[in-house]
Amino acid sequence: MSAASIYMRRRLTNVLAMILSACATALGLLFLVWILLVTARNGLSAFHVSLFTKITAYADQGGLSNAIVGSLIMDLMALMICAPIGVLAGVYLAEYASRTRLGTTIRFLNDILLSAPSIVMGLFVYVIIVLPMSHLTNGGISFSGFAGSVALALIGLPVIVRTTDEMLHLVPGTLREAALSLGVPKWKLTVQILIRAASSGILTGVLLALARLAGETAPLLFTAFGNNFMTVHPLDEMASLPIAIYQYTNDPSPALHSIAWAGALLITIFVLTLSLITRFLFSRKKVTYE
Amino acid sequence: MQVTSAEPLARDIDKRSRADARHDLIFHRLLKFCALLVLASLIGAALSTLWGGRAVLFGQGWHFLTNDAWNPVADDYGALAPIFGTLVTSLIAVVLAVPVSFGIALFLTEIAPTWMRGPVSAAIELLAGIPSIIYGMWGLFVFVPFMANIEPGLNDTLGQLPLVGKLFQGPPLGLGLLTAGIVLAVMILPFITSVMREVFLTVPTRLKESSYALGSTTWEVLWDIVLPYTRSAVIGGIILGLGRALGETMAVTFVLGNSYNITASLLMPGTSISSSIANEFNEAVGIHRSALIALGFLLFVVTFIVLLIARLLLRQLAKREGN
Amino acid sequence: MLTSRKSPLRFAAVAAIAVATTFGASAQATDITGAGSSFVYPVVSKWSAAYAEKTGNHVNYQSIGSGGGIAQIKAGTVDFGASDMPLDEATLDKFGLGQFPDVIGGIVPAFNIEGIAPGKLVFDGPTLADIYLGKITKWNDPAIQKLNPGTKLPAASITVVHRSDGSGTTFNFSDYLSKVSPEWKTKVGEGTAVQWPVGVGGKGNEGVSAYVKQIKNSIGFVEYAYALQNHIGYAVMKNAAGKVVAPTIANFQAAADTADWKHSKNFNLVMTNAPGANAWPITATSWVIMYKKPKNAAHAKVAFDFFKWAYEHGQEQARSLDYVPLPPSLVKQIETYWNTQYKM
Repeated sequence: MSAASIYMRRRLTNVLAMILSACATALGLLFLVWILLVTARNGLSAFHVSLFTKITAYADQGGLSNAIVGSLIMDLMALMICAPIGVLAGVYLAEYASRTRLGTTIRFLNDILLSAPSIVMGLFVYVIIVLPMSHLTNGGISFSGFAGSVALALIGLPVIVRTTDEMLHLVPGTLREAALSLGVPKWKLTVQILIRAASSGILTGVLLALARLAGETAPLLFTAFGNNFMTVHPLDEMASLPIAIYQYTNDPSPALHSIAWAGALLITIFVLTLSLITRFLFSRKKVTYE
Repeated sequence: MQVTSAEPLARDIDKRSRADARHDLIFHRLLKFCALLVLASLIGAALSTLWGGRAVLFGQGWHFLTNDAWNPVADDYGALAPIFGTLVTSLIAVVLAVPVSFGIALFLTEIAPTWMRGPVSAAIELLAGIPSIIYGMWGLFVFVPFMANIEPGLNDTLGQLPLVGKLFQGPPLGLGLLTAGIVLAVMILPFITSVMREVFLTVPTRLKESSYALGSTTWEVLWDIVLPYTRSAVIGGIILGLGRALGETMAVTFVLGNSYNITASLLMPGTSISSSIANEFNEAVGIHRSALIALGFLLFVVTFIVLLIARLLLRQLAKREGN
Repeated sequence: MLTSRKSPLRFAAVAAIAVATTFGASAQATDITGAGSSFVYPVVSKWSAAYAEKTGNHVNYQSIGSGGGIAQIKAGTVDFGASDMPLDEATLDKFGLGQFPDVIGGIVPAFNIEGIAPGKLVFDGPTLADIYLGKITKWNDPAIQKLNPGTKLPAASITVVHRSDGSGTTFNFSDYLSKVSPEWKTKVGEGTAVQWPVGVGGKGNEGVSAYVKQIKNSIGFVEYAYALQNHIGYAVMKNAAGKVVAPTIANFQAAADTADWKHSKNFNLVMTNAPGANAWPITATSWVIMYKKPKNAAHAKVAFDFFKWAYEHGQEQARSLDYVPLPPSLVKQIETYWNTQYKM
């Protein structure tokens, strides 16, 4: 084979690869636009004021206000539970147990937790929180927003652990060595230098977890249970957007279908806004080590 | 301890280092406690499925794994069809998503103009933020009819090939293993892409520049320099996507066709572990409920085995490359 | 800096007020909880909204499925459960539970054949069973043609659609097929989920409707309201009396009227294949399940008051959602049952 033909073949392979990769990108974007358009088209018709002011008890003449409030409360409580635990556990894995047997085991099991079916988490919380509470209060308190939050926290936890762990690995070892050689105690090094250096990445992980748990239905069915009326008390049964959507998609009424799509649109907008914010923070705070 | 060496500064340092040591210990314990909580939550969840599914797991034993029937009326349950569906749909998803993710990551790190990179990678990551029930509804109302239109074409083209032909023959229903696999592929695409993109960026510039200086094309740099350098992290990203695919529930349930079949054709309806649980759990009582919880336990086991295999492959790779 | 120091305080104050108002509200009105059947969810939640406006009491009903409803009432986490499948004597006695029907609905076969309008296709029980058994595979099968002499049926294969999730709809449909086809009874049987011999499974009534609409030459079964709202073709049926009847509210009520409630203990009766001349053969109801000696008497009282109110004033709402209110004769029996069985 002549040099020229080898050169041509290499050029051709390269051009082909470039074209295919551009096509792959276009394909990914196509699916995104397709899904968002379908959601928007179906949801916009129900997107008016009563969606935010009326409760789900009025069904097709109602809105989603109690579900929106319930979702916000539970998502926030879930984050308050899983973010600190997840970050600290991630720090432990990266900084204290990176190569120990315990660390490897936890990391491996965390990956399994990542793909655990979410309904299993709901059942687990039902057994450890809902049933005992019901027994203690003689049926007075059983399902609660609190139990729902714990179930959601279990969904978000492994995501945070994994991203924190990975992000800390990206912090160069020179930073640690420099600090330690100055006599900085390890906890100070971790809190004031490492976590700070990886903060934007850790934040991404927390928001990824929020994105994941905000759309979950299955863990809430047997924990937060749902409520057709407005409540903000964490020990009451609590409404949520995913449960409302789940309920309404399986109803014959087209009006309720629109409300379900609108609810889905709300979750999507919520998550999208958050990821845009993260991206903004991330790009501004990007630290380079070169 | 040596208070006699009465230098005040030394005493100060000594006191401080003792305090530091104490704080370090407390901090270490706190971190360890949190990490153990993660461990406990997985073990707790796994044990609660083991307990909930004990009637079937211990009552039927191996029969539960090898039985392909699922008959709630006769209380005869087998996990073979759901396990088959879970593995097949996840495999399709990974096979489809990996090359596409690779293409996107290549585009975003080497080809696209700089101004384009940020917005496009943000857009791809938005795919991860869409709640899974939306994927399900989009799948049911939009994607299934779309697939029903192209499946006769698949029958006539891929279906005629020797060997793999059997995979693409079947009635053009639009739903089934292939459709579920494609929807899953879209869902895991952003996970794999973002990991690949991140690690491609960590490849030292001098490596790439040396290769370019020797006259390599962009593709050759990526294939021969970037990919080998990042291989283990890339596989890690694929595992992340695979994990998501194995456990995904809502999106799959809407488009899988949900019948307890084991078929050669990817166009036929099937079922998966998580969709079986999601479908039947609400109405199940007694042994039926136990069988579904036992399925949940099996998903833990399946995930464990899949991750273990992936990890062994990783180790093999690392060994072969000598690092 | 100032705002950031202030905001937690403000948050705490708001939270305190919020908590106080919730406690205050729950002191005046009674909030009770029910769970179970998704079949009755639309009508029970509509009732509960109207009932809340009238009395201030909140009845929070969530559809977690009949199985879930039964499990939760046994666990004592809810005040009432609702199931599409009646509990048997042994279970009721063992847990000290009682049950009574709340509302009636119909299940209709749905089809998608080009050129055949809704209501223009006739089935009988055995034919329907043979289709779902996979014995009849073509639309122009002699058995179907015989029931539809004037109709031109296509020579196409039938795609069978069934529910993939466990449901009361499946229970009533399979119960009907068991009553009319001995082969179905031995091979498949009846339950909230069964081992379907053929076909594809859609999740929920919505999933089945969507599949039937999308797949040409398919057949499925859905609750009446879904067939109406989704504009899919529904079939008419030859009933136990040998008469061809349409799925109408009057014919559903005819089935409930002629079902033999008098001889059923604890209303343990599935009213498919009812004997009346106009009875729609696949008519279903759902049962409310409550403790005979409730843990929380105040809550139970509200629950009875709610259902009593619904029987009297909820009929219009039920009809607007294509459910059928219980016939007066049955309501009377239920009230007698309350007075004799429940200790308040």
